[in-house]
Amino acid sequence: MRLSRQRLLKRWLAYALLLAGAVLVILPFWYMVITSLKPQAMIFEFPPRLWPAQVTLKNYVQALSKDMFGLYFLNSLFVAVVTTATTVLVSTLLAYAFARLDFPGKEPLFYVILLGMMIPPVMLIIPQFIIAKQIHLLDKFIGLIAIYVTMNISINTFLLRGYFEGIPRELEESALIDGASQMTIFWRIVMPLSGPGLAVVTIFTFLYSWDEFPWAHVAIKETTRRTLPIAIALFQGQHLTEWGQVFAASIVAVVPVIVVFVILQRYFIRGIATSGLKG
Amino acid sequence: MIHSTRQRNLTKLLRAAPFLLPGLLLYGTFILLPMLYSLRVSFYDWKVLNASLSTWIGFDNYARALSDPIFQRAVLNTIAYALVTVPAQIALGLGVAVLLNQPLRGRPALRVLYYLPVITSWVIVSLLFEYMFSGQAGLINYLLRDVLGVIPNNIRWLADPVLAFVPIHLLGIWKGVGWTSVILLAGLQSIPIELEEAAQVDGAGAVQRFFGITLPLLRPTLIFLTVVLTIGALNAYISNLLLTNGGDPLDKTHFVLTLMYEATFTKLDFGYGSAISWLLTAAVFAISIFQIRLLRRRVEI
Repeated sequence: MRLSRQRLLKRWLAYALLLAGAVLVILPFWYMVITSLKPQAMIFEFPPRLWPAQVTLKNYVQALSKDMFGLYFLNSLFVAVVTTATTVLVSTLLAYAFARLDFPGKEPLFYVILLGMMIPPVMLIIPQFIIAKQIHLLDKFIGLIAIYVTMNISINTFLLRGYFEGIPRELEESALIDGASQMTIFWRIVMPLSGPGLAVVTIFTFLYSWDEFPWAHVAIKETTRRTLPIAIALFQGQHLTEWGQVFAASIVAVVPVIVVFVILQRYFIRGIATSGLKG
Repeated sequence: MIHSTRQRNLTKLLRAAPFLLPGLLLYGTFILLPMLYSLRVSFYDWKVLNASLSTWIGFDNYARALSDPIFQRAVLNTIAYALVTVPAQIALGLGVAVLLNQPLRGRPALRVLYYLPVITSWVIVSLLFEYMFSGQAGLINYLLRDVLGVIPNNIRWLADPVLAFVPIHLLGIWKGVGWTSVILLAGLQSIPIELEEAAQVDGAGAVQRFFGITLPLLRPTLIFLTVVLTIGALNAYISNLLLTNGGDPLDKTHFVLTLMYEATFTKLDFGYGSAISWLLTAAVFAISIFQIRLLRRRVEI
């Protein structure tokens, strides 16, 4: 009897602590939503309110039309979708070669690819900028996509190779005996069996390119080609006090990510827990 | 049908080529080549507008960085950021993971909640913290001064070379706890429940069990987290760039990478920037090797 009361107390304590933590996590987001709904005159009201006295959608209308965040949203979407599709294709091909094919120099080559996971990404920005400039990739979506795909190759090849190695070989071997080429086996047998592995790679690559800031910041100067993260940062730099619009644009950028996360959280958690990937 | 080894290797290579080429081409062009290129640039007084005018200056860029007080300060700021945010993220993440490891209702919802900051872009959360910590009518000043009464006057957080790190550190911790707790939760769930039960039968209390069984068994996870988070902290950049414009006031609040960014893209000193980035890379490699050593030692025992 006493044990169960103790257990009950423990459970209530756990709830209380978790909820307190949840409030600290949510409060800034709540404040962001509230601020995005405030008219400009009330952005610096005192005391700051956690419940708006007056609600307006003007910030959203302004951000999406006059400030072109609608366009930046489409830019981000285009870059993220093309990046994700290309990354999945390129890394699955590589991973399949390392998991199933035999060729000279395989081991050293794999280590060279793993090296990419150890290099701090920002250190590459300077030479990437110089090279992109020489081959005329600056100020173009293709310049963003090429770098994003490349930055994701190492980790994804590593993950997918592990995944492919877990698929039983028998199916492929019988197809090989029937005379199928390696490419056919890859497309017809291995890919359809790799759903969950591909889901993890897809989600994390999409998230990466949706949020990426440092490279876009140096590679894109043309206003109409901005992606959301640089557009939001630069807008704030130019309109220091218009927080309502800054956060309206931010929410437009965050909502798709949250929706995708909530729908696919099973894969998210698996991806994070098994590979240490970071969102 | 006698093939020489060379011919056989060539056949294998040709069969693998369609799988390898797209990836290797990108990887070579945008990772390997840039690495070597940046090493070269770091030994030059690099002229970005006309590379042919660049002059070889040996280790001068490196020497200049190491003796530059702004760089030294940036290194100290970066180390302080790692020393504060890494243990805090692990400790808080462990707390959340232990709580979430119990059969509570609403657990998936809480897990989603705690993960929100992780998936939100650095740009957005940095601006959010800038607004909350604004010197005038900011939410934080209001809470501290008017609600809690712990400070007499509003604090201008971002105008002070030391206090500017309060929002930067808090942001790093706030954004990271969701991730560490997911990793630690996976670690906790891999601990066989029999061990805990056996200890309980032997009369070990909850605290004793936590320090005697749970923590030692989490060691590999903790080492992994420490290393990944430390490398992440050394690479911290966006929050500082947006909250302090990279270094304000008076270049006292730089991180290594904001300084690299300023040297390169504001002052167009590509050689100096490259030297700074290679110094950082060397530090990251050293830490990675240290990690591998630590993990190996554990296996040997």
